[in-house]
Amino acid sequence: MIEGARWRKWAFFYLPMALFLLFLLFPFYWMVITSVRPDGELYRPWNSINYNPFWTWKPTWDHVRYLFEETLFASWLWNTTFIALASTAISLVCGVFAGYALSRLNFPFAGSLGTGIFITYLVPQTLLFIPLAEIIRNYRLGDTPWSLILTYPTFLIPFCTWLMMGYFKAVPKELEECARIDGASRWQAMLYIVIPVAIPGILSAGIFAFTLSWNEFIYALVFLSSPEQKTVPVGVTSELIRGDVFFWGPLMAGALLGSIPVAIAYSFFVEHYVAGLTGSVKG
Amino acid sequence: MAIAETQVYMPPAPRPKLRLLEDERWLALVLLVPTLVLLGMFIAYPFVRGILLSVTNSRVGVPGEFVGLANFYKIFNDGIFRTSVYNTFLYTGVTTVFKLALGLWLAMLLNRNFRGKAFTRAFILLPFIIPTVLSTFAWKWMFDPTFSVLNWLLYHFGLITGRINWLGDPDLAMISIIIVNIWRGVPFYAISLLAGLQTISPELGEAAAIDGARPWQRFWYITWPLLLPVTMVVVLFSVIQTFADFQIVYVMTGGGPANATHLFATYAYQIGIGTGLLSEGAAISLAMFPVLFLVVIIQLLYIRRVEVR
Repeated sequence: MIEGARWRKWAFFYLPMALFLLFLLFPFYWMVITSVRPDGELYRPWNSINYNPFWTWKPTWDHVRYLFEETLFASWLWNTTFIALASTAISLVCGVFAGYALSRLNFPFAGSLGTGIFITYLVPQTLLFIPLAEIIRNYRLGDTPWSLILTYPTFLIPFCTWLMMGYFKAVPKELEECARIDGASRWQAMLYIVIPVAIPGILSAGIFAFTLSWNEFIYALVFLSSPEQKTVPVGVTSELIRGDVFFWGPLMAGALLGSIPVAIAYSFFVEHYVAGLTGSVKG
Repeated sequence: MAIAETQVYMPPAPRPKLRLLEDERWLALVLLVPTLVLLGMFIAYPFVRGILLSVTNSRVGVPGEFVGLANFYKIFNDGIFRTSVYNTFLYTGVTTVFKLALGLWLAMLLNRNFRGKAFTRAFILLPFIIPTVLSTFAWKWMFDPTFSVLNWLLYHFGLITGRINWLGDPDLAMISIIIVNIWRGVPFYAISLLAGLQTISPELGEAAAIDGARPWQRFWYITWPLLLPVTMVVVLFSVIQTFADFQIVYVMTGGGPANATHLFATYAYQIGIGTGLLSEGAAISLAMFPVLFLVVIIQLLYIRRVEVR
């Protein structure tokens, strides 16, 4: 802790920390309070006398009910979950295999392949979405969950591979050699010896990939068109805004409910998530 | 112990089908095929398609024919495109400076021992975890000119007298977008830099303190140089993501008012998907490529240099 007088501790630690927390968390508070606030209070101009921004005495479930009864929110939730889980599973399998090959096997072009995968990790989705939309249409994948399940791995696999390479490098070679002397094949040594040791890494990659695919927006926006196929971010954006009219209550309720699954998944694996985040940066 | 146990599961000899996999090169090939197929189909191929698309005049449903560099010529003479180029550099530059400064400050705060540290750290990452589009809607609602809580706050602190139309004025709209991006990016910087800080031995700082170094000197001569490798990688990552950002602008302003806040990606979307001029949209997207390429090269060179050392 900071040495010296108590006021120094307040001025240089508690105050800045409190301001950071306020800045970073206030929008979520705003989301929560808006989603339970009745419309009469919601659309009261900020300079009117009885504007009470931070609290409501008449909380209501109307917005949440509207979301589930008048929109396809439940389907969007299901779509997002399914797409996120499927693309995470594909990416984990690919990433673990590729990470193993690149970090533990000797073969020609291993180095340049690793660099190539690292470069694709840095390709943003917005660079390729237009030609990709055309390709998706040509493969007749447009407006199906498969358009996303197959394209999300493009930004998840490089990350998973990169992270897994780090974990695999840390597994001692002797462990695998022992198994091979005992008669295990390379394949078995990988499956039963090396991969189990790297399970924390797989969890980190998995939770990170799950949040990334839950977060993805532009591919889902471009590839999906019918309301019942949409994911939460796209559905909320396109179905709760009519022209210039924003349905702020349901919109915020949707934003809140659409964030909860990923927040829960995150809260169970905070440590793994942080390991994944920092691992993805340091490589 | 673990090895002794695993013996139980192992048959005496590998099955014949798997014998080929005993060769490292074959095993590597088999393991890499799924990745290479997916990345080839959905990254390499679209990249080539994008380049081919950008030199034609195709629209939605119309194949189009070769027009050379006409699309690029057209966009470089397009006022809105020039504005988006300027905006993108401004947006990336300003947000990166703020994200780095605030992120580093927050990381240093988190690098102390205090009660509720793990809890605080978990909460701080929320803006980064929650889908950006959804949290950006909360910001858009906070910036609403008529119902804005920000106006209410500023008014009650006596900073403004009338209403501020945050998203209706080009400069204020740009500032609003920059604020949201900083909000979303600070946690990423803070947590990544915190990981870097934790690898620095506190003894170094203590030794310097004994020698009479002031806190600022300790930061500048010890922490900062040791943190530089992590900082570089974090900044380069973030620059790429920010440069190619789409979601925040799409939700906050849609590129408005009067196309004043477009970035590369949102303008490419508006032209390519909104108006259906696929080839021109592809050209706008690809115009990002030289800058991204440069950043990637710097990153690769930097990582190599660090590894060699």
